[in-house]
Amino acid sequence: MLAYTIRRVAQSALVLLIVGLVAFSMFRFVGDPIENMLGQERTVEDIERLRDQLGLNQSFAVQYYRFLEGAVQGNFGVSYRQGRPVAEILMERAPATLELAAVSAILAIIFGIAFGVFTAIRRDGFVANFIMSASLIGVSLPTFLIGILLIYIFSVELNWLPSFGRGETVDIGGWSTGFLTESGLKALILPAITLGLYQMTLIMRLVRSEMLEVLRQDYIRFACARGLKDRTINFRHALKNTMVPVITVIGLQLGAIIAFAIITETVFQWPGVGLLFINAIQFVDIPVMAAYLMLISVMFVAINLIVDMLYFFIDPRLRVDRAGGH
Amino acid sequence: MSAAVLSIHNLSVEIPTRTGVVKPVDGVSYDIAAGEILGVVGESGAGKSMAGNAVIGLLSPPARIAKGEIWLNGTRIDALKGEAMRRLRGKQIGMVFQDPLTSLNPLLSIGDQLTETMLTHLPISRSEAEKRAVAALEEVGIPGAAERIDSYPHEFSGGMRQRVVIALALCAEPSLIIADEPTTALDVSVQAQIIALLKRLCRDRGTAVMLITHDMGVIAEAADRVAVMYSGRLAELGTVRDVLTQPQHPYTAGLMASTPLASAGKERLHQIEGAMPRLDKVPDGCAFHPRCEYAQDKCRAAPAPQISDSHAACWFPLIAEKVS
Repeated sequence: MLAYTIRRVAQSALVLLIVGLVAFSMFRFVGDPIENMLGQERTVEDIERLRDQLGLNQSFAVQYYRFLEGAVQGNFGVSYRQGRPVAEILMERAPATLELAAVSAILAIIFGIAFGVFTAIRRDGFVANFIMSASLIGVSLPTFLIGILLIYIFSVELNWLPSFGRGETVDIGGWSTGFLTESGLKALILPAITLGLYQMTLIMRLVRSEMLEVLRQDYIRFACARGLKDRTINFRHALKNTMVPVITVIGLQLGAIIAFAIITETVFQWPGVGLLFINAIQFVDIPVMAAYLMLISVMFVAINLIVDMLYFFIDPRLRVDRAGGH
Repeated sequence: MSAAVLSIHNLSVEIPTRTGVVKPVDGVSYDIAAGEILGVVGESGAGKSMAGNAVIGLLSPPARIAKGEIWLNGTRIDALKGEAMRRLRGKQIGMVFQDPLTSLNPLLSIGDQLTETMLTHLPISRSEAEKRAVAALEEVGIPGAAERIDSYPHEFSGGMRQRVVIALALCAEPSLIIADEPTTALDVSVQAQIIALLKRLCRDRGTAVMLITHDMGVIAEAADRVAVMYSGRLAELGTVRDVLTQPQHPYTAGLMASTPLASAGKERLHQIEGAMPRLDKVPDGCAFHPRCEYAQDKCRAAPAPQISDSHAACWFPLIAEKVS
């Protein structure tokens, strides 16, 4: 298992390197940041001086190397727009996105698995059929539309929940959290539902179909023939066997939640890294964009690494280093 | 027969289909006494497994018991539902399935699967259950049972897994075991061991066994009595010696003639012409008559006569009725 872990970590590092390269090369086509940074009153000398100062006249390879060198040390350069270190800006914005993503993911996983199991066990029941039909809404409606609909119903018509922003936040050791204030929690509800709804319905439908498949297996029949209680059969025997493919998808979807947060953050004007990225694109703020993409890919890679490790705990057949055999 | 552990009386199983109701089991009756092994033989689709599933209450809908009675240790069980039936499964009726590779949950250790079964049915503590789990594995001949208790199913070979399955079926000490083709998926060399094991354990405990198989060799090896099924009905019922050496029903005779023997020469094996009728096209009269070399008008007109231990369900049995 240790060898496997090391191999996977090495693979992850390689993936990050390639992502960085692709992202970095793309930025060369986004536009020239100098255009935005200097106003109308500029001279050719000004442009040359700034270009030289930012290192933009160096070759692509050198720029990429310098970026990597800084990134490894946690230094992502200085934002062209705000003139502050990118790492500082990201640290300021990251808690908002991570809290939103975490709440969405937890909602999606808990309700997704619960509804999935329920609809699989009671597959001909009225309630199960209703949930299945309703889940089509979550799968088919685009995220921004769900967000706008929720704002219309709960903010505009009912006036129960705020339509934008994060509410009051409390600062704990550099991490600004919205969990501790009433307005912070209230502000979290609509964006979290918007962001998590699609993932929830996806997880639910996957759990349901996997569970139905598992319930047809011989070992479930044998468990029935041994007179085990329904609860034991459904949760101990069937659900556990359902989890391997489900965890794979959950892992991928967690990454997607963080990435898709861009849309939800735009709809709700949520002050997270997604919104930061959108603004950065408009201004061709390369250091911010590069750092954001690296951050997202680090999360994707880390989540997938954790998922791969989880397989070992769930499925004993993968623990190849275990003694035993025929 | 009051000493019978299992007594099936005139059991019929029905499956409603779009074209009408079919009867995979049709008016079957037999008893199994304590410590006795009843072999149930027949081709695929003859209704052997369906009858076994009806007894343990695991018919998959829409199949259902249409009529008849099932008695277990003097209690009628065919009408039991849900929770009452669940308590019976594993506790009073154990079941062994065909494929040991798929019968065990791959994610739970065999010790876990044994203890959960015992804790469900027996009023014992977890540590007692763990102790008994090791003993149960030792009994079915798993070497190093105490060390292998935490192993997972994939760490065992097919034959060893079937031993584990048998240990699981027997661990709550049921009075009846339904073994549905327990050796079909195994190596020939392992088959004999598994049969011998099943036989020994059930003899020792006085467990009744319904041994469902299509292998006449297994029947000859293990069973005390044999029930031959054809197209959902019983064709012949009797002691293994009588049925195997002096078959009365032409179908049984055909089955025996088509069983390869190691001692026999290289002449072509006998075949029974044709195939068993589809369940929705069972002919009138005796179901076997279209394939029977001895069929006469009466066979086509009237259903085969009542079966008994000394009389096959045939109008024209092959040998004279025995004097009982």
